[in-house]
Amino acid sequence: MTDSTSMVEIRWHGRGGQGAVTSAKLLAEAAFLSGWKGVTSAPSFGAERRGAPITASTRLDSEPIRIYSQVTSPDIAIVLDDSLLEVGGAATGLKPGATVIVNTTRSAAELGVAGDARVVTADVTGAAQAAGVLVGGNAIVSAAILGSIAKATGVVTMESVESAITHMFNGSAAAKNVEAARIAYECTEGAR
Amino acid sequence: MSDTAIKRTVMAGNEAAATAAKLARVQVIAAYPITPQTSVVEQLSAWVESGELPAEFVTVESEHSALTVCITASTVGARVFTATSANGLAYMTEQVWWAAGARLPIVMCIANRAMAAPWNVLNDQQDSMSVRDAGWIQLYCRDNQEILDTTIQAYRIAEQLHVPVMVCYDGFLLSHTVMPVEVPSAEQVDAYLPPYEPLTVVDPDDPRNIGPVTLADPRANADGVSCHGYMEVRALHQQALLGALETIPAADAEWSELTGREWGGLTWEHLLDDAEVVLVAAGSVGMQLTVAAEALREQGVKAGVLGIRSYRPFPVDALRGKLAGRKLALVFDKALSYGNEGPICGDLKAALYGQPEAPVVFGAVCGLGGRDVTVEQLNDAANRAIADLADGVTDRAADWLNLHL
Repeated sequence: MTDSTSMVEIRWHGRGGQGAVTSAKLLAEAAFLSGWKGVTSAPSFGAERRGAPITASTRLDSEPIRIYSQVTSPDIAIVLDDSLLEVGGAATGLKPGATVIVNTTRSAAELGVAGDARVVTADVTGAAQAAGVLVGGNAIVSAAILGSIAKATGVVTMESVESAITHMFNGSAAAKNVEAARIAYECTEGAR
Repeated sequence: MSDTAIKRTVMAGNEAAATAAKLARVQVIAAYPITPQTSVVEQLSAWVESGELPAEFVTVESEHSALTVCITASTVGARVFTATSANGLAYMTEQVWWAAGARLPIVMCIANRAMAAPWNVLNDQQDSMSVRDAGWIQLYCRDNQEILDTTIQAYRIAEQLHVPVMVCYDGFLLSHTVMPVEVPSAEQVDAYLPPYEPLTVVDPDDPRNIGPVTLADPRANADGVSCHGYMEVRALHQQALLGALETIPAADAEWSELTGREWGGLTWEHLLDDAEVVLVAAGSVGMQLTVAAEALREQGVKAGVLGIRSYRPFPVDALRGKLAGRKLALVFDKALSYGNEGPICGDLKAALYGQPEAPVVFGAVCGLGGRDVTVEQLNDAANRAIADLADGVTDRAADWLNLHL
């Protein structure tokens, strides 16, 4: 494939209701603002059930994306819930040297991801809690995770992350989510 | 969102469709939500509610009523919009025929979805393909920018020909996938699309009978004026559809002058010039085929893509011209005429019948009910077809991609 050399393929792992779809959209907008010409973000297709494992696919390229199939061999896997490393197959099919970003309170060593993937950890839920991003008492990580992605991969800048969040959310919700992303950026461990 | 400036952003296909309807200054919207079309309706109703879109949003209890509202609103001279998918389209089928036969310039977006049973909310194109004969123009889109641009063009085409237009785009693959889209300014769209001037307006001071019973033979009306019979009405309808073969490219060309974007009119192509093996499809799978064609070229096969943008009218002359002298056309259908073959494949064979330089035509069926279609599968299917051709095969059953029976 002539255009796959510069393409970054990202696979999201979350649970229905956790905000992976919102995250994928935010990343698409942040990536577009960061200068990627080709951007697609697709949610897991079909009916979602709250709590059930879901995936989403994001592709970034210097040229427009012409591939619409789901990402099965990612450069970056983003895991919103560390239980999905086992039950959600979040670590399967990774490209050699892939990056796995995990929302967890455990260390990379404790997670025990097999293979040569670089495992980046961040307590994104803690970051969302600290910033007061709560819905019904639950911390929502959908925007906060963008901070960890910016820190761990550099595919988006924090400036573009903050713009995307401000575009999607209003007023105090925007401010809290930006704060959550900043905290997540700071607490991301294992970034190069 | 301000309408005054050109804006570049990322958006899902459904948002692109809704944005186009808003820019087209639709006056009446009636729709019933169904996956994966739902967010088109949600977005438009939010804009109507906030006052951002000064239109009448009519909530209805079914798709049949949604299109009925559009038919009546269009009959009294409003620019109207609706959208649906799959079983919703099937449920409105009676009125799909009525809208076309009554020659109303309705624009309807179809977020393409598989037909039940078995129940499935995911993408294929069986829904719109199943009403291909109803007398609507059908345009298929390959990305979200094309959805936005085509929906605006559709009003231009519909109002010029007095024929309704379906703007078809793959559910989820486009409807729910966000990607960069340039939103034209209201000024650009207004320059392209003047206010709708209806052919007839229902007016109590000028009473007339609309949609009367029309029997087999021409006959005089109450004023003694000889009027067409049913066959004459249908012949004129066919003339209008065939006339669209010129209207659609013209609408695209004028849009290009304003925005710099054109979509090929009736068909589009990629690496076609010297291609011996031509991959044919409508919709988003065509975009994936462009990547497959490049991969085939790397392996030494002169491959190209011919995309169908206008499926109705079917661009027979264009397809004959563009396929003359090729060795093989491999058609990827996301639908089936059960008991026969894929609809595009069958139509292409009919178009090429008796043409002295026509290629061999093979069919493939892919992506039914949302089955993921990868570039590798498309590539493999092309290689199987090339091998069959090399073995002297000139006719064969459709190749079902990634089927596990």
